[in-house]
Amino acid sequence: MNIQTKPILQVRDISKTFGAIKAVNGVSFDVQPGEILGLIGPNGSGKSTLFNCILGQLTPDTGTVEVKGQSVSGKRACDLNKLGVGRTFQQLSVFPDMTVLDNIIAAGQEHKGTLLGRLFGAPDAGLTAEADKLIAFFRLQHLRDTRAGSLSYGQQKLVDAAMAFMAGPGLVLLDEPAGGVNLTMLANLKDRLIAFNREHGTTFVVIEHNMEFVMSLCTRIIVLAEGAIIAEGRPDEIKSNQTVIDAYLGG
Amino acid sequence: MSQFFQVMLSGLSTGSIYALAAIGFTLVWQAAQTVNFAQGEFVMLPAFFVLIGIHALGLPLWLALIFGLIVAVIVLGVLFKQVIVQPMLPDGGLPLIIATMALGILLKESVKEFYGAEAQPYPQLFPLDAITIGGAVISVQDVMNLVVAVVVVIGLTMFLNRTRTGRCMQATAQNPGVAEILGVNIRRMVLYTFLINAGLAALASFLISPIYLAKFSNGESIGMIAFIAAIVGGFNQIRGAIAGGLLIGVVDNITATYITAEYRAAVPLLLLIGIILLKPEGLLGTKEGRAV
Amino acid sequence: MLRTWKAPLLAILGLILLLLAPIGQGNYIIYTLCSWMVFSIAAMGLNLTLGYAGQISLAQAAFMAIGAYTVAIMTLAGWHWVVAAPIGVFFCFVIGLALGFPALRVKGHFLAFITLAFNTLVFLVARNEDWLTGGALGKVGMPRPSFFGFGTGQQISFYYFTLVIFVIAALLMYGIVRSPWGRAFKALRENPVRAESLGLDTRMITLLAFAIGSAYGGLAGALISPLVQFIEPGSFAVHHSLRILLMVVVGGSGFFYGPMLGAAVVILMPEVLRFTEGYYLIIYAVMVIVLMVFCPSGLIGVYGKLRDRFFPKVVVRADMQQGAQL
Repeated sequence: MNIQTKPILQVRDISKTFGAIKAVNGVSFDVQPGEILGLIGPNGSGKSTLFNCILGQLTPDTGTVEVKGQSVSGKRACDLNKLGVGRTFQQLSVFPDMTVLDNIIAAGQEHKGTLLGRLFGAPDAGLTAEADKLIAFFRLQHLRDTRAGSLSYGQQKLVDAAMAFMAGPGLVLLDEPAGGVNLTMLANLKDRLIAFNREHGTTFVVIEHNMEFVMSLCTRIIVLAEGAIIAEGRPDEIKSNQTVIDAYLGG
Repeated sequence: MSQFFQVMLSGLSTGSIYALAAIGFTLVWQAAQTVNFAQGEFVMLPAFFVLIGIHALGLPLWLALIFGLIVAVIVLGVLFKQVIVQPMLPDGGLPLIIATMALGILLKESVKEFYGAEAQPYPQLFPLDAITIGGAVISVQDVMNLVVAVVVVIGLTMFLNRTRTGRCMQATAQNPGVAEILGVNIRRMVLYTFLINAGLAALASFLISPIYLAKFSNGESIGMIAFIAAIVGGFNQIRGAIAGGLLIGVVDNITATYITAEYRAAVPLLLLIGIILLKPEGLLGTKEGRAV
Repeated sequence: MLRTWKAPLLAILGLILLLLAPIGQGNYIIYTLCSWMVFSIAAMGLNLTLGYAGQISLAQAAFMAIGAYTVAIMTLAGWHWVVAAPIGVFFCFVIGLALGFPALRVKGHFLAFITLAFNTLVFLVARNEDWLTGGALGKVGMPRPSFFGFGTGQQISFYYFTLVIFVIAALLMYGIVRSPWGRAFKALRENPVRAESLGLDTRMITLLAFAIGSAYGGLAGALISPLVQFIEPGSFAVHHSLRILLMVVVGGSGFFYGPMLGAAVVILMPEVLRFTEGYYLIIYAVMVIVLMVFCPSGLIGVYGKLRDRFFPKVVVRADMQQGAQL
């Protein structure tokens, strides 16, 4: 990894307060293109709030965010997507009444061209081939034309991830992708994430609680506690970091 | 000058009645996420209960009023909540709003078909005398309307802020999840909100029908004004509803007296469009408002 | 809802029925059929706004008024319907954009109130501005258009003219719904936060849906002028916007054929069930309330539920098809 390259994501001094609670307190970090960054921390450490602030679901009180060198502070979520940023949500966010194929096409169709242009374009926005490639990548071919709401939880998680990938390649933020997923599916998911990263050079930022998942997936880890960064480094460094151990196990 | 004072007072008086309707509307919106499009008909209907009490049951006026109030609270409060709102609350949103629109039509057409299409004479609550203060002729009715409305609003505000139940209601409106964890019976709080709305609507009905007579179509105009008053004042605040109601009452009267009769009804409409364009949270509203 | 191959077949059957319907019928029935098609167009537009984009508009009658009065004024001054109608439709589209833009910026159902106010305003202007609209007396005697020498003065020829416009409007609507916009609307309805995070400009698509829906109202109004040949403010009051809303909701909001079904119910029922005179609005209101409580997707939704009950499509849980390999 060339340290001279410009970071794909630059977060500077983000803070967000809810009433009396300071959820995020002056967080700053860079993300280099192609890395898989893990964001971990105990519950309530502000990880999801931080994501929401970066991605436009929430407006931060202070701070700036730059994606590929462009400022995205205050931009709406749909504009961020146009820059090549995708995300998954903590709660499953597939569209239950649409087929898996439709879900993935829906995830990609707004990314290119104009809204008005799409009115006159092909019904699938020319994305069937690309969607099928992604479906094959996640080994979901047999579920292609099935209603997404009738899939198992783990399969929906895969569809969720596929949807986030359609906005890329570029930057994908994953909010607790391993939540509630059984071991076999977890291994499958991790394998697909790493493969996608190798094939397309997509940058991932992952919020997770599952230590084992994070440690084996990520190339770099940032630890949050009470809204602030307390440690940063490679997985093996973090594992042995005393501050981190205290924050997780201590009072 | 004295004429202006007259017009102002008269406007404040009608405005205070509008405010009652607007407050009820705002409460139900806040506490039950119900945009009640039938609010106008809720104000039209209780007067007819009173008329039924007088003509069909032969009750004296004071008893008929109580009868009307009780029936209104049961039908427009309990029944409305249990039969229409409660089953739809979890799925919420659009179907509920449409159901209230249909309810408004139902109430309006039912009165038209089953009672009559003509405006019905309605007994005066207050003597029709006028008193003169410094050259201005003021009707006792205007003063009494204002007094009654003010007393009710003060009573309601005290209830909401000073009593335990009132504060529980406010907690339910602001954050039902947390309120429930803290032991508040939110279903009951929501029910109380609907009861209060029915009561306010009934009161507004009793005060305004002597002026405009009881007619099945009253709901359209009163409903529109209640919505506008609530939005212009500030959709998530009760004092917004009060301010909005008074403002519209005064502006409407001033327009009718000094400016135009034909486009009198247009002024509140333009106020609404203006507010949504310039300050959507209303004159007294706060930007955050109630998070959806 | 309909299993895929049946849909185009039914559409063609429906078209054939419509082509044959007026033959041998009396003028009044043909007039009622025209009325049904005109209101179907208005309801189709409102369905786009309400059923697809999820916004309440209470001004569809006002947009009909704008279309109707534009056509009336222009055709009475000698312009052909073919020139007047698009102008009326265009006015409605632009006004829709102007009304929708401030209302849709804000969270909440503000569009409902703004359109309610707008409808009342249009009514007031129509009633007061005699010089423009003929005031309370309205406009009378709008000429029926003729095309390449074929007049539409006869009720049956006007029927076929209306049918052509109706089919064009329906095809356009079908084109909108089949395009990626249809998928975007679905996403918007099922999970608006996710839809926006996937790049959908939710505000813009909603605004455009409302503007197009309003334009359809204008088209319906443009047809009403020559159909009835008499328009007055009372025909476009708020009450009528509510009626069109009822059509969309009863038929099935969000379904392509919903508005046509709903318009048929609302227009034809009073004709068919004469004894319900005066009560039919009460019947609809009750119908809507019951539908909203039990089956908000209208009559088409009821059909779907009944069909699934008696002819269930057995769906094996998709993940089980390959065994429990996950």
